[in-house]
Amino acid sequence: AALKDALRSQVSAALREGRVTPTELCQRCLALIKSTKFLNAYITVTEETALKQAEESEERYKRGQPLGILDGIPIAVKDNFNTAGIETTCASNMLKGYISPYNATVVQKLLDQGAVLLGKTNLDEFAMGSGSTDGVFGPVRNPWSYSKQYKEKSVSKSHSEDKESDWVISGGSSGGSAAAVSSFTCFAALGSDTGGSTRNPAAHCGVVGLKPTYGLISRHGLIPLVNSMDVPGILTRCVDDAAVLLGSLAGHDPKDSTTIQDDFKPFELPNLIDVSKLSIGIPKEYHAPGLSSEILALWLKAADLFKNAGAKVVEVSLPHTRYSIVCYHVLCTAEVASNMARFDGLEYGHRSDVKDSTESMYAATRREGFNDVVRGRILSGNYFLLKQNYEKYFVKAQKVRRLIANDFVKVFRSGVDILLTPTTLSDAAPYTEFIQEDNRTRSAQDDILTQAANMAGLPAINVPTALSERGLPVGLQFIGRSFQEKQLLTVAKWFEKQVQFPMIQLEEVKRHDSGVFQHQQSASFS
Amino acid sequence: VLNRRCVEAAVMTGLALNCHINKKSLFDRKHYFYADMPAGYQITQQRVPIAVNGSLSYSLCIDNKMNQMVTKTVRIKQIQLEQDSGKSLHDDTRSQTLVDLNRAGVGLMELVMEPDMCCGEEAAAAVRELQLILQTLGSSQAVMAEGQLRVDANVSVHHPGEPYGVRTEVKNINSIRFLAKAVDYEIQRQIQEIGNGGTILNETRAFDSKLGCTVPMRDKEGKQDYRFMPEPNLPPLILYDAKSLPANMNHQQVINIDWIHERLPDLPSVIREKLVEQYGILPEHSFTLLNEDGLAEFFESVVKQTQMKPKKVIGWILNDLLSYLKQHSLTVKESPVTSFLLADLLNLLEKKEISSTAAKRVLAELWKGEGKTPLEAVKEHKLELLQDQKELEQICQAVIDGQENEVIMMVLR
Repeated sequence: AALKDALRSQVSAALREGRVTPTELCQRCLALIKSTKFLNAYITVTEETALKQAEESEERYKRGQPLGILDGIPIAVKDNFNTAGIETTCASNMLKGYISPYNATVVQKLLDQGAVLLGKTNLDEFAMGSGSTDGVFGPVRNPWSYSKQYKEKSVSKSHSEDKESDWVISGGSSGGSAAAVSSFTCFAALGSDTGGSTRNPAAHCGVVGLKPTYGLISRHGLIPLVNSMDVPGILTRCVDDAAVLLGSLAGHDPKDSTTIQDDFKPFELPNLIDVSKLSIGIPKEYHAPGLSSEILALWLKAADLFKNAGAKVVEVSLPHTRYSIVCYHVLCTAEVASNMARFDGLEYGHRSDVKDSTESMYAATRREGFNDVVRGRILSGNYFLLKQNYEKYFVKAQKVRRLIANDFVKVFRSGVDILLTPTTLSDAAPYTEFIQEDNRTRSAQDDILTQAANMAGLPAINVPTALSERGLPVGLQFIGRSFQEKQLLTVAKWFEKQVQFPMIQLEEVKRHDSGVFQHQQSASFS
Repeated sequence: VLNRRCVEAAVMTGLALNCHINKKSLFDRKHYFYADMPAGYQITQQRVPIAVNGSLSYSLCIDNKMNQMVTKTVRIKQIQLEQDSGKSLHDDTRSQTLVDLNRAGVGLMELVMEPDMCCGEEAAAAVRELQLILQTLGSSQAVMAEGQLRVDANVSVHHPGEPYGVRTEVKNINSIRFLAKAVDYEIQRQIQEIGNGGTILNETRAFDSKLGCTVPMRDKEGKQDYRFMPEPNLPPLILYDAKSLPANMNHQQVINIDWIHERLPDLPSVIREKLVEQYGILPEHSFTLLNEDGLAEFFESVVKQTQMKPKKVIGWILNDLLSYLKQHSLTVKESPVTSFLLADLLNLLEKKEISSTAAKRVLAELWKGEGKTPLEAVKEHKLELLQDQKELEQICQAVIDGQENEVIMMVLR
């Protein structure tokens, strides 16, 4: 089996049939992580424990008793999920060296099914950002920066310039997870999605990024950013694999009161899909300012694809879309201010040496532990929560949020099944260009297409669609009805099959996979 | 995650205090930084608490005369569920504070009363009754010394007819006795302050039990903006009653107010009434019985095992037993004299086998806890009453003969 293979259809079978062992898979992934270190996708690599888990998995396969499809499968987890005995930093000085005493529910579920945890991936500090550039461990590099496809298209500015500076961002805030999946160092990764943090990097790195319905997957153990919008995100190389991960993670958690009580039934996606009975909505407000003409063209092309397959494609309106950035800003910063209050240096994490008084210790700890972005959001959030501002800002924003959510309800009620939109405004920007603007400006720009789904709690998925003129991935987004992940993923799978997104061609991966099975030439399967 | 038992306790307490139970209540975050608040906020119910608009009835003795009791009522503004903070232990000598986080996050019930009480005695009586109610319901052991019941007193003074004055909050009150003292001290202090032309600050003061006065607390600032925000991790708390309970709802998942109401035990006031009615004792007796943990049960147990009338038994319980327990700082449970032994003794008295004086002496013997039965003690000290008429006449004659000039009339029973 090759590292680039699809989980369900190939790797799983290979493991069961003994054509490859969990330890082999694990070792190859670990080796690849080492040779792709320059991507800076991982903060912590848990080599020892991963190999141990792989060995245990191997024993189970030998006995013919694997725990399930995920048994022995190497995965990575974003570093804002708690992992017992393993450092969890949120890419912040505040939690550098912090060893979690427990596993997040989603991590526990993966481990219970025999998955092999390779390590914790890099992110924007405390998941605040859209580039994975603002963490204390440095930025994540998009693997496509080093792909044959990008290098062929990129015009060297000058020969004397350092080739290294051409690299493009991975998107964020789950950039590390997206890069890890994209560069084949793991078969799936967990991200988080508050305003698009799973879908954005998925689009830039050319992988599938699923944001499930709020309340479907437990947030217990996910260090919170915005409790009312956060969800664990799933990053994989194909839609089928996303369905596998969803099946193993979804369901009520007594430790998370915001998960729904209803039983969740894992599903398999059909292979033959007929979209002719579907109604696809194209929200006109998502033709946002700054949307690149390339992406606009792809979007329209995609709409035509559905039309030609017999689906009903209609233009719809989500009129309150233009208020969503401001609304999100108020609600997000308010919750952030609240959630970050626990980092005072007293119980865990960084503690400043300033000892004059409790207050001064708190202040110094928080100044030293948090970066500008985090501090800025805390200050804004506290401002909005002040008694004299609460009604004007917070309550008002809640009302606007309701309006935004209602926009979707109305559209879905009118007969539309799925919405089709772009995921990002353009392909991945070069790092040097991206950092010209500050985090807040970037986030405001980049979140526009993704955060409405978080406000409304709806499921959404990025499907890699095509390469841009610069040879970088562009993805399109599907937004579905609450808890209708099966329908959403089915449509996404059909679309994935249609577009046949090319596989990344990375030198490093070629070297590692040489001499072993190579069924596939493309990332999608037949 | 919400603790079900806390919600049940709050509903029970709300019902016992005649409150309206809000079928939908909400949770909020109250933000402030303090060493004993690890999350930087406390989860509470600021917007919509679980119960509102109740009342608590309590009794007072007028002029300390037990036989003149008056019933008073204090309105209950609301009951809310919230989280406890940790415990701060200030070490002034080393300029440090030790923080114990063991109880942080544990569920609390905060009961807010309206300012319907006028002095320390009333406050103490009201809290005492509340304590009994909580213990009866099982909501809390409500022992103040152990921090299971914490009381903050809000005190203000005003001239009759004028609006209420500025109030101060008095904290650090560790017993009901201190509550009365703290309230009375604060009232006097405020009256004096105003009399001297000063003004009362809306501040928090601590009660110093050694000095018997209140002092301003340095730690808590005057007005803080707590930046209340809805608690996003706890959905609104929905309670049901028999009417609103959906048919297919899992019984484990919901709380039915009516179901809890049906299972409420008798409240102290009801228990007292029943004691008075059933045993013919005085109302003030019933108060004392309930005031001492286990005493009412002890009394009833003795009554069951003896032929002596309850009206007479009560004297032995309240005068003899209770005073002995108080003298030796014992609880009813620790009493060396069990209800069985006392009943046995009272039976001897009823059957006229001993005099009441003798009975008191036997009781004194039994307190020693040497395992003797009343009969054994009587025999040991030759306390039996002589029943034989002839023997008695002989003794009397001997006495009279010996004392021809002074005949002391002894009443022999």
